[in-house]
Amino acid sequence: MTAHLHLWLIPLLPFAGFLVNGLLGKRLPKALVSAVALGFPLASLAVVVRASVLFLSLKPQPIAWAVTYASWINAGPLHVDFTFLLDQLTVLMLLIVTGVGFLIHVYSVGYMAHEDGYWRYFSYLNLFLFFMTVLVLAENYLLMFVGWEGVGLASYLLIGFYFERKSAADAGKKAFVVNRIGDFGFLLGMFLLLSQFGSLSFTQIGVSLAANPAMQGGILTAIALCLVLGACGKSAQIPLYVWLPDAMEGPTPVSALIHAATMVTAGVYMISRTHFLFDRSPFALAVVALIGAATAFFAATIALVQTDIKRVLAYSTISQLGYMFLGCGVAAYSAAVFHLMTHAFFKALLFLAAGSVIHGLNGEQDMRKMGGLWKKLPVTFWTMTAGVFAIAGFFPFAGFFSKDAILYEAFQHGALGKGLYVVGLVTALLTSFYMFRLWYLTFFGESRATDHEHHPHESPWSMLTPLVILALLSIGGGWVGIERFGAYLAPVVGSVTDPALEAGGKSLDLTLSVIAVVVALLGLLIAHVFYFRKNDRAAKLAAAASGPYGLLVHKYWIDELYHNVIVTPLVLGSRYILGWVGEGVIVRGSAWLLGGVATLLGELVRRWQSGNLRSYSAWLAAGAAALLFFAVVGAVLGIGGTELRMVWVGH
Amino acid sequence: MDNIILSQILVTPLVGAALVLLLPDRRKLSAAIALAFSLLTFFFTLHLPAHFQSSAAGFQFVQDIPWIDRPAIHYHVGVDGLSLWLVVLTGLLAPVGVLASWKTIQTRSKVFYALFLVQQTAMLGVFVSLDLMLYYGFWELSLVPMAILIAMYGRNLTENGGPKAAIRFFLYTFIPSAPLLVAILWLYAKTHSFQFADLQSAIASGKFPAGPLCWAAFAFLIAFAVKVPVLGLHGWLTDVFSEAPVALGMIVAGKLGLYSLIRFHVGLFPVQARQAAPWLIALAAIGILYGALLALVQKDFWKLLAYATIGSLSFCTLGIYGFTLAGLDGAVYQTINEGVIGAALFILLGVLYDRFGTSQISLYGGLAKRTPVLATLFVITGLALVGLPLFNGFVGEFLVLSSTFTGVGMGWGALATIGVILSAAYLLTLVQKVFYGPQSDMVAKLPVHDLNGLEQLNLWPLAILMLAMGVLPNFWLGAIETRAKETAERSESALRTQLDFLSQHVLAARLRAETESAGDTK
Amino acid sequence: MHSSLWNDIPSFWYLILSALLFSLGVVGFLIKRTLITVFMSIELMLNAVNLSFVTFAHDWHQVKGQIFVFFVMMVAAAEAAVGLAIIISIYRSRATLNVDQIDLMKL
Repeated sequence: MTAHLHLWLIPLLPFAGFLVNGLLGKRLPKALVSAVALGFPLASLAVVVRASVLFLSLKPQPIAWAVTYASWINAGPLHVDFTFLLDQLTVLMLLIVTGVGFLIHVYSVGYMAHEDGYWRYFSYLNLFLFFMTVLVLAENYLLMFVGWEGVGLASYLLIGFYFERKSAADAGKKAFVVNRIGDFGFLLGMFLLLSQFGSLSFTQIGVSLAANPAMQGGILTAIALCLVLGACGKSAQIPLYVWLPDAMEGPTPVSALIHAATMVTAGVYMISRTHFLFDRSPFALAVVALIGAATAFFAATIALVQTDIKRVLAYSTISQLGYMFLGCGVAAYSAAVFHLMTHAFFKALLFLAAGSVIHGLNGEQDMRKMGGLWKKLPVTFWTMTAGVFAIAGFFPFAGFFSKDAILYEAFQHGALGKGLYVVGLVTALLTSFYMFRLWYLTFFGESRATDHEHHPHESPWSMLTPLVILALLSIGGGWVGIERFGAYLAPVVGSVTDPALEAGGKSLDLTLSVIAVVVALLGLLIAHVFYFRKNDRAAKLAAAASGPYGLLVHKYWIDELYHNVIVTPLVLGSRYILGWVGEGVIVRGSAWLLGGVATLLGELVRRWQSGNLRSYSAWLAAGAAALLFFAVVGAVLGIGGTELRMVWVGH
Repeated sequence: MDNIILSQILVTPLVGAALVLLLPDRRKLSAAIALAFSLLTFFFTLHLPAHFQSSAAGFQFVQDIPWIDRPAIHYHVGVDGLSLWLVVLTGLLAPVGVLASWKTIQTRSKVFYALFLVQQTAMLGVFVSLDLMLYYGFWELSLVPMAILIAMYGRNLTENGGPKAAIRFFLYTFIPSAPLLVAILWLYAKTHSFQFADLQSAIASGKFPAGPLCWAAFAFLIAFAVKVPVLGLHGWLTDVFSEAPVALGMIVAGKLGLYSLIRFHVGLFPVQARQAAPWLIALAAIGILYGALLALVQKDFWKLLAYATIGSLSFCTLGIYGFTLAGLDGAVYQTINEGVIGAALFILLGVLYDRFGTSQISLYGGLAKRTPVLATLFVITGLALVGLPLFNGFVGEFLVLSSTFTGVGMGWGALATIGVILSAAYLLTLVQKVFYGPQSDMVAKLPVHDLNGLEQLNLWPLAILMLAMGVLPNFWLGAIETRAKETAERSESALRTQLDFLSQHVLAARLRAETESAGDTK
Repeated sequence: MHSSLWNDIPSFWYLILSALLFSLGVVGFLIKRTLITVFMSIELMLNAVNLSFVTFAHDWHQVKGQIFVFFVMMVAAAEAAVGLAIIISIYRSRATLNVDQIDLMKL
C-alpha cells in the first residue's frame, strides 16, 4: 500500500498547472488556459480522494503514515527532509483544500471571464494550491513553513492582482509584511524547538514529549507562544488581523478561497496538528482562547457597521477564526477543526454568492446601493440564504453544530471557560445580527441602485454550480455531528469530552443549544426590525450613539494607530537618525575628517617647497649638522654602532 | 590533469585579456573574445566539483612550485570545500558580467574587457592561493582593475562621481592592507614561511608572543572586514554601487572579504577570532537591521541595493563568528547566495537604469504593465533575497539564524530574525513603487521594451539556480561541511586551549597565594 | 725629515682654521643674497675641506688625502664652470641675481 498513494502528486500537479499557465498562458487561447487551470487541480483532487479512500479503508485502523521523498537540508546538527504525513486530519484538510479549491476554480472561470490577465490569475491560484497542500502534508515545521510562507506569497500576488490600483498593491504589501511579523514568531518557535529537541519533525517531537510526561510549561510555553504569534499572523487574529480586511482588494474568488476557506485556517491547523506541544502549556492555551474570544467579539462589533459587503464578510471571517482559536484554546481541537470545515463551506459560499451579487450588479459592492435582488438573482439568493443561516448558527444548518460544540467545550472549561462562553454567545448574537443585516440590505426592499444603465442579472452556471454545491454542504455539512467527528479525529488530536458520558452532560448540551438558537433568532429579529422595510431606525440609532458608532466605523482607529506608532517612527528614524546622523555624520563624516586631516597636513608640508634657495640651503645645513651631531653623540655614548677614533694630533 | 587545472583557470582570463588588447578596438569583437574566454574559464572551474572528494579533508588539486628563494615564496594553489564553490561562482559571474555589459559598454571596450578579465584572474587567485605572499599579490591586484574601471565607466550621478567612488573604494581597501602586509611579513620573520599550512600549525603550537599576535590578527581582521563590508567599515559601498558598471558591481562586495575572514582570520588566529567574536556578532546582528532599515527609506535604487547588500552580508559575518557548524555552513552558503542574487539584482537594476536613465525610485511606477517579464524576474530575485522558502536565501538565512539562536544567544538571534520582517518591507516597497500602481509620467511617455533575449539568457539561469539551491542545498553543502567542520573543531580546541591556559593561570595564581599565606601563618 | 717650521705649528691649528673657513663659507652661503657671492662661499667651503684633507694626510702619513684634494679641486672647477654658465643664463632671463627673487620652483 505504502508506495501507491503517490502523495507527491497532490502538490506537484497544481504546480505543473502554475508553470504551464505562467509560462505559456499568455499565448494560449482562453479555453486551453481554463482547461489547464481546472484540469490539474481536479487531478490533484482525484489523487486526494483515492489516497483518502485507501487510507481510511485500512483495517483495523488507519494509522498515520509518513513518507520521506528526499533529504532537504543536512548541515551540522540540522537534518530536515521532504517528508509528507498522512493521517485523518490531513485527509480532512486535503479534501477541504482541493475540494473547495476546485469549486472555486470552476467559479472563477465564470467570474474572471472578462478579465485581463486571466491566465495570470489561474497560474497564481494553482501556485496557491501547491503551497497550501504542501503546508497540510508537511511532517515537519520547516516544510510546513515552506507552505506557510508560500501561501503568503500567493496571497500577495492575488491580492495585488489588479496591480494598477495603488490600493490593491498596498493591500498586498501589507498582507505580506504583517504575515512576516507572524513568521518571525514562527521562526523563533522553530529555533527554540531546535535548541530543545534538536529536531523539527512532528513525529520526533511528539515522541520526545511522550517519553517525557513530566515536561510542562517553561520553554514549552515559550515555544507555544512564539508559534501562536505566527498563527495570529496567518489566521488574522489580534494583533495581526489588519491585513485581512484590506485583502478584499483582490478578486472575490480569491477572498473566498484564500481568506476564508483555506489559508487563514493554517494557524488553526498548525495548532491542532502540533497540539501535543500546546497541551503541555496551559498558559499558552489560555492565551489562545483569550485571543480567540477577544478577536471574535472585536471583529463582530466592527462588522456591525460596515457598508461594503466584502468587508462585512472579511470581519466575519476574522470573528469565526476567533471561534476556532477559542476551540483550540480550550483543548477542544476536534471542535475547532469541525468549525474549520463548516466555516470553509459556508464562508466560501457567502463570498462566492457575494461575488455573484457584485458580478450581477456590474461591480457594485456597497450594500447601501443594493436591495430588492431576491427576485432578480434567485439562485444566488437561495444559496446565500443557506450560508447566512449556517453562519448564524440555526438548527439544522452546519454552523449550528460546530459553533455549538465549541461553546459547549468552552463552558466546560472552568471559570475562564464560562466567561469565554458568554463572550462567544454575545458574539453569536452579533454575528446573527450583522449577517441578517447583510441579507436584508442586499436582497430585500426596494432597489437602491444608482447605476441605472445595467440591470442586475443572474450569473452564469459556471458560477452558480459551485454555489449550489456549497449550499448543500452548508446545510448538511454538520450532520456528521461532533461525536462522530471527534471520534474520527481522536487518533490525531485527542478526544473531546463526550456530552453523553458526562453527568448531566446531555441536558447541559441541549440547554446550551437551545440558548444558541434563541440567540440566533434574536439577532434575526433585531435585523428584521431595523432593515426589513425601509426605515430610519438604524440611522437614528447611529446618530444617538454617534461616539461608539464612529469608533466602529473607523475600525477602532487601529490601522491609524499602527501607522503612527510603528510605521512612521520607523521610517522617520531610519531616514533621519540612521540616514543623516548615522550615515551622514558618522560614516561619511569620519571619512571626510580623515581626508581633511591628510589635506591639512599636506598644506602645511607644502610650505616647505618654497622655491627659495636660501631656505633650502638653510635646511640642508641644519640637516647635515643634525646628522653630524647625532653621529658624534652616538659615538660618544656608544650607541648606534658608530665609532670614531679621536686622534689627538700632536705627538 | 588534476594538478594543473587551477593554473589553467588562472591563466585563461589573462590570455583572453592579452588577446583583447592585441586585437583592434571594436566593441563586439572585444566582447566576444571576453565572453569566449570567460566561458572557457567557467567550464574549467566546473571540472573542480566534478572531481572533488567531499569527504576528504585538506586541499585538493594542489600545486606547489617554489618560485622565489629569498624570501621563500611558493606558487602554491589548491581548493577545499570553502573555496570550491566560490571559484565556480566567480567563474560563472564572469560570462554573466560580460553578457550584462554587452550593450551598455559602448566606448573603449577593449580596455574594459581586458581589465575585466585581469580582474577575473585576480579574484580567482585570491580564492586558490595557499601562499600568503601570493595571496597578498592577488588581493592587491584585484583592487586595481576595479578602481580603474569604476573611474572610467562611472555613471557620474554626482559630479565626478565615478573617479570619486573609485578613489574612495581604493583608499578604503588599500589603507588597511598596509598593516596586513606588515603582519604577513612579521609572521614570515618568525617562521620563515609564507605557506598557509605551516603558519597555521606554527601559530597553533603557541610559539608566538601573545601581544603582537593579537595585533597581527587585528590587522588581518580589519583588512578583510573592509572588503566584506562589515558594519562601520561600509562607507565605500554606497558610492561604488552607484557608480560601478553592472559587471563589476556584482563582484565587488562580499566574496573576497568573507572568504579571507574564514580562511585567514579564523583559520590562522582561532583564539583571537574567538576574542573578537562578540564584537563582530554585535556588528553583524545590528548590521542586518541597519541595512534593512536604511534600504527602506532610500530614494535612489542603487543606494537601496547597497544597504540591502550590507544587511544580507551581515548574515554571513554572523554565521562565521558564531563558530557553530551549522552557522559556518550557512555563512558560506549565504556568501554564494549573495553572489547569485546580487548579480541578478544588479543586472535588473542596470536594465532599469539603461532604459530610463535614472535611479530615482519616485520617477518610476506601474512598470509591470509594460515589462511583465522584467517584473516577474525582479519579484523572483527579490523573494530569494528576503528568504522565501524554496529559494537559496532561505536556506542560508535559516542556518545562520537558527545556529545563532541556539549556539550564540537568544537575544542576538531574535534581533537578527527581525531582519526578515524588515527585508520584506523594503523589498515589497521597492517592487510596488517601481512596478505597481498607476504608470508614472516617465514610464508612460518613454517607449519601453521588455527584457531582450540576451538579458533573459543572463537572468533565467540565475533564477533557476536560486530555486535549485533552495530545493537541493545538500549538493552544495556537502563539500562546504567538511571544511566547516574542521574550522569549527579548530576553534573549539582553540577555545579549550585558551580556557585551559586561563584556568592553569588561575590555578597557579591561587596556588601561589595559598602557599604564600601558608608561609605567612607558619 | 721634519723642518722646524712644521714642528712649530701643531696640525690642530690647521684643523681649526679649516673649520673656521668652512663655517665662514656656510654662513656666507646662507646669508648672502647675491648668487655669485653664494658661489664664492661654496668655493670657500670646498677649499676649507681641502685644507683639512691635507692636514690629516700629513698626520697619518697617507697620500690618499692629498690625492683626494685633486679630486675635490677638479669637481670645484667643473662646478664653477657649469654654475657660472647657469648664473649668466639666470641673469639673462630674470635680470637679477638676488637669490630671493629666483623662486619659480615652488609648489
